[in-house]
Amino acid sequence: MIRLIGLSACIAALAVASYGVVAATVGVKRREAALVRSARSAAYTNFGLMTLANLAMIYGLITHDFSIDYVAQVGSRATPLFFTIISLWSSLEGSILFWGWVLSFYTALAVWLTGPKLGSLGAYANATMLGVGIFFYILLVGPANPWGLVSPAPMDGPGPNPLLQNHWLMGVHPPLLYLGYVGMTVPFAFGIGALLSGRLDDTWLRVTHRWTVAAWGFLSLAIVAGMWWSYEVLGWGGWWAWDPVENASFMPWLTATAFMHSAMVQERRGLLRVWNMSLIISTFLLTILGTFLTRSGIISSVHAFSEGPIGMYFLAFIAVVLVFSLVLLTGRSNELRSEGHLDTMVSRETVFLVNNLLLTAFTFTVLLGTMFPLVAEAFRGEKVSVGAPFFNQMTVPICVMLLFLVGVGPMLPWRVADLKEFRRKARLPLIALVLTLVVTIALGMRNIWGIIAFAFAAWSATANLQEFAQGTAARRRAGGGGWIGSLFGLINANPRRYGGYVAHLGLIMSAIGMTGSSVLQSDIVSTLRPGQSVELRGYNVRFDDLQAIDEPHRFVVLANLTVLIDDDVAGRMDPRLNYYRTRGEEAITTPSVRSRAHQDLYVNLLAFEQDGSTATLHVIVEPLVVWIWIGSFVVAFGALITMVGGRRRTRPPPAPRRQTLVGQEA
Amino acid sequence: MNWNRSLIGIGVALPIIALLAYGMTVDPNELPSTMPGRDAPEFALRVMDSAPPDTVRLADHRGDVVVVNFWASWCLGCRDEHPDLSQTATRYEERGVKFYGVIYNDTEGNARSWIRDMGGQAYPSLVDTRSRTAIDYGLYAVPETVIIDQLGRVAHKQIGPITARQLSDIIDPLLANPPTAETTGGDDGQADADTIDAPRDAEPENGSGDGAKS
Amino acid sequence: MTRGSRTLRLVVTALFPLLAASGHAHAVQIPAGDGARTQFPAAEDRATAQPAGPAQDAVVRETELDRQVKEVSAELRCVVCQGLSIQDSPSTLAQEMRGVVRERLIAGDSPEQVKVFFVERYGEWVLLKPKASGFNLVVYLLPIAMILAGAAFVFLKARSWTRAAPADGGPPA
Repeated sequence: MIRLIGLSACIAALAVASYGVVAATVGVKRREAALVRSARSAAYTNFGLMTLANLAMIYGLITHDFSIDYVAQVGSRATPLFFTIISLWSSLEGSILFWGWVLSFYTALAVWLTGPKLGSLGAYANATMLGVGIFFYILLVGPANPWGLVSPAPMDGPGPNPLLQNHWLMGVHPPLLYLGYVGMTVPFAFGIGALLSGRLDDTWLRVTHRWTVAAWGFLSLAIVAGMWWSYEVLGWGGWWAWDPVENASFMPWLTATAFMHSAMVQERRGLLRVWNMSLIISTFLLTILGTFLTRSGIISSVHAFSEGPIGMYFLAFIAVVLVFSLVLLTGRSNELRSEGHLDTMVSRETVFLVNNLLLTAFTFTVLLGTMFPLVAEAFRGEKVSVGAPFFNQMTVPICVMLLFLVGVGPMLPWRVADLKEFRRKARLPLIALVLTLVVTIALGMRNIWGIIAFAFAAWSATANLQEFAQGTAARRRAGGGGWIGSLFGLINANPRRYGGYVAHLGLIMSAIGMTGSSVLQSDIVSTLRPGQSVELRGYNVRFDDLQAIDEPHRFVVLANLTVLIDDDVAGRMDPRLNYYRTRGEEAITTPSVRSRAHQDLYVNLLAFEQDGSTATLHVIVEPLVVWIWIGSFVVAFGALITMVGGRRRTRPPPAPRRQTLVGQEA
Repeated sequence: MNWNRSLIGIGVALPIIALLAYGMTVDPNELPSTMPGRDAPEFALRVMDSAPPDTVRLADHRGDVVVVNFWASWCLGCRDEHPDLSQTATRYEERGVKFYGVIYNDTEGNARSWIRDMGGQAYPSLVDTRSRTAIDYGLYAVPETVIIDQLGRVAHKQIGPITARQLSDIIDPLLANPPTAETTGGDDGQADADTIDAPRDAEPENGSGDGAKS
Repeated sequence: MTRGSRTLRLVVTALFPLLAASGHAHAVQIPAGDGARTQFPAAEDRATAQPAGPAQDAVVRETELDRQVKEVSAELRCVVCQGLSIQDSPSTLAQEMRGVVRERLIAGDSPEQVKVFFVERYGEWVLLKPKASGFNLVVYLLPIAMILAGAAFVFLKARSWTRAAPADGGPPA
């Protein structure tokens, strides 16, 4: 019964979305407002249908209705309720179903919030979003149909992939990732809407600004949640392996970051119009490419879902989107010709150009590295690998330059930079930079990239903080009041600018965490007998004994450890190996992590003797790693600030200004 | 719209699509082996449950065709191929073909009970402490089967389960036409290109040369 | 036929009945784990670290050799996990391969020779950083070429935009 409800909802969604696309397009062509209106209703209806389908699946999962194909695939009576619910996205079909829901949600919300006032632009954007939806609904009734009938229904199922039911972050990372990925559909759709309707002014940019920032914020959180999950579950002490699927989530983030900056240049100066359109199209394509890579089995990856015919559908979809949007873009490129200009070669605009250049090169490097095994096999017939050592070597210099620019941009004004003013502003950040250089070297750091990264982080952090300090001070002088009040006033007066700086600060925190945990990390593998201990960076980790715990859905082996600092007991740790009953696969590690602001102590249980006589431990000390996670929250908070409240100014006042009151520019 | 310009768009799109389409035709999990055509790495391994402990050395088998099967009790593919391997081993026993199992990453106890459950194994299994022999043979996973010719060179490496048919297709030509030092010279048409599918270089083991190309 | 499923599949189920008996007991007979090492009880098997002395509370510290093993291992691909290096992978085979790296370094091989050792057995695929020669240069040089060309393009574009500046400096309407 519930199976039929879900299936019908998906079929209906396909029909309604198809109708919506036709109605919107024909409605605009024939200028029939009623048709265009009905396409808007199609977007709302689809949201209802997909909500119904997803609720049906969740109901099926909770009630263990194993007559539903998908439930029989991922469900298990022994799995805890939380993991039963989130197994909605633990496998291919369910993840597509969930994707369909997120997309229908974004579509409906975008249609509702932008209203009918955008005319043909809005209608085409709606048609584009529904069109993307059609693809996912086709998957849901075709190759990724989760609603197949299993008869007779089995009594129990195997449960979700153990890797996905081992940690609460799996309840967080996928939804965030989908909110980020799918969210990029909205600015893309309005970009396409602009190209189709010929309304090539900045309307589409202004309309989608908040959508891009929102999707970008979700994507930032999702990427870091993925890192965190890797760190907490995979047991190797790292948070990023340059795996193809990780890269796939990172590339759209890079292009979206470039887009948010270059969009400001277009809004203010009328420049980069073709470029912005290209960036948003690339961003959307990269999100689809990421999904394609995960689900087609084209590139081997730890995160890959199962392989199947679905890859061909994705390939066809990518081909259609690629050809369609590139033909539109190149066909319209004459009409998109820039009508703006720059005042000088040194201004915030030009910093943004460099920022875009670096981010594009970054994306290109990651894309090339990810696809290169395929290229090498096609041209050379040889299997090669492109992994972390390659990506680190190639991208660390780019990362470091970007980290430096994060500090330069905020210190340069729009339009015309006054060099004397810049020198005055740069004084403090420069002192911070030099001081960090001296201190890190004096403390014995020898990794050149690590030293530079810390120094640039200090430079950029000071530069961004200085903007807040000077702005707040200027506001106090002008209006009086307290520091706190003035700070809030400052942010409230220009949320887009200061939200951006908050995001910068978050990014710098994460960069510090990344640098610290990779450059200053040290680790050791040791096999210990009960009572023996291993020493690392002042920690003394003593192996006490092994313990076995029998749980309904898994069997756990854990090593009881005591952590001693200076011979004082500082705490206990218990890294585990989990054996999930329902899946005959290798043990899932659960490392034990002791987090502190300055460093994490991370212990993984690698192996043990059956009689409990030894345990092999991997002990890692990772300085500053928590700042990666904290930084991501700050980034998301910054994104939130830029979206809420305040007036938004899109063009500066006409007269060129020299020194303005800090904190008053947009 | 300027449709001429839009041709540029198609020009950019097509190579990307072509690359991805090509990607759909190759299996990233399918990995070539560098072993065929090379001298098989030597090993000296203890025979499980032999008393007094008996050691098998590959070097003692020059002149014989040797089949080495890497397996484990936790490996599902090994169950599938087990009857074929045992039957083929029995069939070729009097023709001097030697079969050995090499236990990979498993306890002897598990291996023993697995053999019992499977109704016996027609050939001895060897204990590969710390997987050194497995690594020497470039093992990715179990099951993998290596067929070594009379000259001690790898004639074939099967990744994944092997069938009786595949085994005899490789063993028969080796028995009918034993490779000699001359046939490795390269000018001889009867060197079995189907089974020895790599350049026929009989260089010593350090030949880091073109052996990898296949 | 996916390699992963073949490789990692473990008949854990067979182990659990053993456990039912042990329940929550403390440090009792623990069934064969992920096979990681459980089967080879001899102490000299510890490939990755020196076993601590037998009786005393010996403390293990990192050595120069450890650091070298790490460096080489970080550039070798774990053949069963397919994304991680053998340094990072906790899998059994990766642990054993690290052991091989250590043994060969002790035997006097240079890091480069150790890599060649693995390439001979597993092919170029085992290197996480492709050899910078021949066709592989594409993946190293193309990004650099792109960044240089991009920089030149951006510079020229920016200059032409600056020259296009109207005299009054006002923004376009």
